[in-house]
Amino acid sequence: MGSAERPEAPRIPPALARFLRHRLATGGALIAVLLIVSAVFAQRVAPRDPLFIDITKRFAPPLREGFLLGSDELGRDLFSRLIHAGRISLTVGFAAMIVSVTAGTLVGTLAAHASGVLDTLLMRLTDVFLSFPSIFLLLALAAFIPPSVVSLALIIGLTAWMEPARLVHGVTSSLLSQDFISAARATGGTQLRIAWRHVIPNSTGPVVVAATLNVANAILAESYVSYLGYGIQPPLATWGNMLNNAQAYFNSAPWLAIFPGLMIMLAVTSINFVGDGLRDALDPHGQK
Amino acid sequence: MWRYVLWRFLQGLGVMFAVSLIGFAILHLAPGGPLAVYATTTYMRAEDMARLQHELGLDQPLPVQYLRWVTDLLHGNWGRSYRDGSPVLAAIGSRLPATVELMLVSLTLAVILGVAVGILGAVRKHSIFDYLATTGAMVALSVPTFWFALMVIYLFAEVMGVLPSGDIATIGRPFSLLDRVHHLVGPSAVLGLVLLAPWSRYTRSAMLEVLHEDYIRSARAKGLSEQLVLLRHAFRNVLIPLLILAGIQLPLLFGGALVTETVFSWPGMGRFFVDSLGYRDYPVIMGLLLSSTLLVVVGNLVADLLCALADPRIHIQ
Repeated sequence: MGSAERPEAPRIPPALARFLRHRLATGGALIAVLLIVSAVFAQRVAPRDPLFIDITKRFAPPLREGFLLGSDELGRDLFSRLIHAGRISLTVGFAAMIVSVTAGTLVGTLAAHASGVLDTLLMRLTDVFLSFPSIFLLLALAAFIPPSVVSLALIIGLTAWMEPARLVHGVTSSLLSQDFISAARATGGTQLRIAWRHVIPNSTGPVVVAATLNVANAILAESYVSYLGYGIQPPLATWGNMLNNAQAYFNSAPWLAIFPGLMIMLAVTSINFVGDGLRDALDPHGQK
Repeated sequence: MWRYVLWRFLQGLGVMFAVSLIGFAILHLAPGGPLAVYATTTYMRAEDMARLQHELGLDQPLPVQYLRWVTDLLHGNWGRSYRDGSPVLAAIGSRLPATVELMLVSLTLAVILGVAVGILGAVRKHSIFDYLATTGAMVALSVPTFWFALMVIYLFAEVMGVLPSGDIATIGRPFSLLDRVHHLVGPSAVLGLVLLAPWSRYTRSAMLEVLHEDYIRSARAKGLSEQLVLLRHAFRNVLIPLLILAGIQLPLLFGGALVTETVFSWPGMGRFFVDSLGYRDYPVIMGLLLSSTLLVVVGNLVADLLCALADPRIHIQ
C-alpha cells in the first residue's frame, strides 16, 4: 500500500453539471432568480412607492426627473410599478403551473394505472381539450368569471393541464411495463406503494421540464388576458394590464408600452431557457 | 386504408360531440347565465327578464336545452347574435375569409422560412448561424405576440409611416392587390414570426435525427451529391413529423391569429371573438369557439390522413 490517498473532489450531481454547461440556461436561471427575488422583496427593491401619484411629474421620459424608466399618466414611477406588477404576474404564472401540473398528473397517473376503458376515456378527454384553441377557451372563461388572481390562475391552469397529463401518462405507462415494477408487485407491493416509491421518483424529470415551460406560458397567458381587460383589474398592476393602460398614450409616452412588454419577454425568455437547460440536464436521452 | 379513414372520421365526430358538451357547460355554468348582462340594466323589469328567458328557452332543464341547441346546430341554425340579431353562422362565415387569408399567408411564410432555417441549422450544426437561429427561435417563442404587434405598429406605422396601422384595406379606396398586400405585411410578419420558431426547431431536430440514419450514409456512399442526399432522401423523411407538427400547431395558429387580429384591427374571426366578449354576445362567442375547434379537428384529421397516405405503415394494423 504505497499510493497516497487522493482526497475525493466534491462531486456536483451530473444533472447540475449538465445544466451549468448551458450558458443560456444558467443565465436564464440567474435572471429568473433575480426576478423572483425582486418580486418577493418588492417593497425593498422598488425605489419609490408605486401608488404615489404626482401629477406634476406625469409622462416623464426614462432617466428624467429621477425616474429610471419614466413615469406614467399619474406620475407614478414605472420601474417601481413594474417590480410590483411582476409580483402578480409571476404569482399567477406559478400558481397556474401548480394547478395544471397537479391536475395533469392526477389525470395522467389515474389513466396509466387504470386500464382499458378508463384509460382510453381519460386520454380521449385530454385530446378533446387539446383541440380547443386555448386562447379562445381561456378568454371565454375569463370573460364569464369575475377576475382575481386565484380565478385567473385556476382558469389558466384549466387550459394547460393537457400537456402534463399526456406526459405523465406516457412516462407512467412505460415505467409500469418495466421489469422492476413487476418485481415490486411480485414481492407484494400495493398499487399505491408502487406509485409512490417507484413511479413518481422516476417520472419527475420530464414533468419538471414541462412545469417550467408551463410557467412561461402561463405568464404569457395572464399578460394577454389582462391586456384585453378580462384579467387582473387595475389599480392592481400586472405587466399585462399596464400594457392595456399604455395603449392610450402610445404616441406621447411609448416607454409605458415598451418596458412592460420587455419585462414579460425577459421573464418568459429566461424561464424558457431554464426549461431548455433542465431538459438537457434531466433527460439527456431525449432529442437534441 | 378506407377503414382507417372511417375510423379517424368517427373519432373526429366523437371529439366534436365532447367539444359541444364542454362548450355548452361553459356557456351555462358560468355565473350570471346568458342574460346576466341584462340584469344590470335599470330599465329591465322582472317580467321582461322572465319573458326573455321563456322566449329564448332558458327556463327549460339543461339537458333539454342542450338537445335543442345541438339539433339547431346540426340544422345550421347557430342562433342569432344578441348584439344585432344577425344569424351567427352567417356572421362567422363573413369573417372567416379574412382570418383564413391571414393564417395562410403567415403559415406559408413561417413554414418556408422555418424549414429553411431548420435545415441549414441542422446541416451546419453548432455554427454561429445555428446558435443564433436556436437562440432566436427561443426568444421568438417568448415574445408576447400582442406586444410585438404593438411595437411593429409603433415602429413601422407611427414612427416610419411605412405600413398602415391596421385593418384590411384603406378606407374609401377600391380594392387593390397592392393595398391588400401592404396591409398584410404587418400582421403576417408578426404571426409568421411567432409560428416560425417551432418550425425551425422541429425541422432542425428532425433533420438531425434523419441525417444519422443508415440510408443517408448509403446514399452518400453511392456517390450522390450532398444536395441530392439532403433533398431527395433526408427531407422526404422529415416531412411526416412536420405534417404532424402542422396538425399540432393548428390551435396555436388560431390563438395567434386572434391576438394578431385584435391588435391590427384585422376584421377576422379572432377580432370578432374579442369584440363579442365585450358585448357578452353568447351565441356568437359559442359559435366562434365551436367553429374554431371544428376547424382544428378537421385540420388534424386531414393531417393524419395525409400522414397515413405518405407512410402506409401508419394505417396497416
